[in-house]
Amino acid sequence: MRHDDPRTPAPGPAPGTADGAPLLDVRGLRVEFRTRDGVARAVNGVDLRVAAGETLAVLGESGSGKSVTAQAVMGILDTPPGHITGGEVRFRGRDLLTLPEEQRRRLRGAEMAMIFQDALSALNPVLTVGDQLAEMFLVHRGTSRREARARAVELMDRVRIPAAAQRARDYPHQFSGGMRQRVMIAMALALEPALIIADEPTTALDVTVQAQVMDLLAELRREYAMGLVLITHDLGVVADVADRIAVMYAGRIVEEAPVHDLYKAPAHPYTRGLLDSIPRLDRKGTELDAIRGLPPSLTDIPPGCAFHPRCPRARDECLTDVPPLYAAGEDRGSACHFWRECLHDAG
Amino acid sequence: MTPAEPILEVTGLTKHYPLTRGVVRRRAAGAVRAVDGVDLTLRAGETLGIVGESGCGKSTLARLLVHLERPTAGRVRHRGEDVTGLSGRALKAVRRNVQMVFQDPYTSLNPRMTVGDIVGEPFEIHPEVAPKGERGRKVRELLDVVGLNPEHVNRYPHQFSGGQRQRIGIARALALRPEIVVADEPVSALDVSVQAQVINLLARLQREFGLAYVFIAHDLSVVRHISDRVGVMYLGRIVETGTDEQIYEHPTHPYTQALLSAVPVPDPTARARRDRIILTGDVPSPADIPTGCRFRTRCFKARPRCTEESPLLQLHPTAPHPSACHYAEERTTRT
Repeated sequence: MRHDDPRTPAPGPAPGTADGAPLLDVRGLRVEFRTRDGVARAVNGVDLRVAAGETLAVLGESGSGKSVTAQAVMGILDTPPGHITGGEVRFRGRDLLTLPEEQRRRLRGAEMAMIFQDALSALNPVLTVGDQLAEMFLVHRGTSRREARARAVELMDRVRIPAAAQRARDYPHQFSGGMRQRVMIAMALALEPALIIADEPTTALDVTVQAQVMDLLAELRREYAMGLVLITHDLGVVADVADRIAVMYAGRIVEEAPVHDLYKAPAHPYTRGLLDSIPRLDRKGTELDAIRGLPPSLTDIPPGCAFHPRCPRARDECLTDVPPLYAAGEDRGSACHFWRECLHDAG
Repeated sequence: MTPAEPILEVTGLTKHYPLTRGVVRRRAAGAVRAVDGVDLTLRAGETLGIVGESGCGKSTLARLLVHLERPTAGRVRHRGEDVTGLSGRALKAVRRNVQMVFQDPYTSLNPRMTVGDIVGEPFEIHPEVAPKGERGRKVRELLDVVGLNPEHVNRYPHQFSGGQRQRIGIARALALRPEIVVADEPVSALDVSVQAQVINLLARLQREFGLAYVFIAHDLSVVRHISDRVGVMYLGRIVETGTDEQIYEHPTHPYTQALLSAVPVPDPTARARRDRIILTGDVPSPADIPTGCRFRTRCFKARPRCTEESPLLQLHPTAPHPSACHYAEERTTRT
């Protein structure tokens, strides 16, 4: 997919180490859902790279394919109706998609873990929080019950749940939303994975609690030098924590860039539109520059550039030619035929 | 805009939901104090924004303002006339003038009714507004006004996207030509790109029809964008109120300060410049509100006086707009 991109790493196993080789390397990932209403093409050739210690934000609106991408990488996609129809998911050099399920299961939790948006439905309601955390050590590490308990309490303390030893005996519903999200984070961290995928981890939380949880997540990521994939629709949250951003639209990455570059000068009209759509605390305007129209249906993605019906720059070739992810400067890419114009107008 | 006359005035508005214990013999066991003494004034053609976190009582306040709930105490006045205890025909007349836009465009529209029936239903309840023969035309007009295709009157809600459904809800609220529209989180269920379209629509309708909005939301940026004046709510009370400039640029209540400092700004260069106050803990339960100042359990300024004495929403020498804090003061280090 990527054209004249100097960054494409040499083929061969990439050890996910600190030398900059990617920890996670997703190439050409395709996922579709076969439903009664037709085939929904949720992910259409996604490339992602995450290095150890790096935070990559995957930004998109509902239906952009960001969560499906995460599920495919984690191996928790519901099949059927979901089907991975192409691509590779390399984790520390191994292609996960060809790995036997038993080996993948052992990787999940131990080497890569996931944090979900809705902690209440992600946690088991009939087990105490302490037991659920302890289970991680019992199953993956084979520790004694007593040891596992002690580790669980330690973890809860780590994510700053007050009175951890007592709260370990409580059930998920007895925790507030923010505290539950901390439990989720503790569970993801339990086995010190190299990669964490967080799918809208703070969306369900209030602003003040959101800040607490994001700070905690960023701090723990530094401490454990993990790779973090942050899936979100919130441009504000991303600006605060991410190193790099990948913007998704209709199942493809339309722009990828280091966080400062993207906010300073977006190289894709969709990113520009998103930035102009949000009311900002620090500047009060009269009319917002909304993106016209609606996101496309995944069963009926427009030909050519999927964004063309809503794009102010659309020209004839956008209706027919799917734009590849052009290298739009050092370390950034844009899937717009006119990325030069975008950059020029932004700068 | 010059200050117009108040069309809605609320004083000491309170809504307590009793908690009971026991199955056979139900005994009172305290109450959830969802709204606990709110004063506010709305002037013709202006937007009053109410911000607060979940559980602060902002949705109950919305329901009280449109008379979907009866207040436990307090007064509501429309153009100076007390409408608090009204019922029957008199209440119906009042309701016509105050309409509501709901948060969830999926559950607030009846899935078995066509869009034409949904938008035209207010005319069934208030037939004096539009005689039967004219309703079809009025409904088409309303759809056109909110940017929907008038040809789609016979479609059902599921055939529309979230943003379009919210437009249907807005058309329904406008049907009776109210002076006041109470919008409870009208854009929070929508995607960013669609959210902007709906915000622009609300702003345009306000200009065209001279509407006054009470705009309730948890998103501080959205509230600032649309509001002339803002009230910050915490555990059933308004803790600070003022113009958008006063609240956002010169907040004096510690809660407002913390709330504003926590808002993620879509600008990575602001990361370093920001001076954040991270509040500890969670919002207490409205069934068990702390004594004295209700914010003291999370406040970084709390002193012994805050435990004993409940601060009033009033002016202070150090605060030029009303703030319910004994130690109301602007921060010296700005965000």
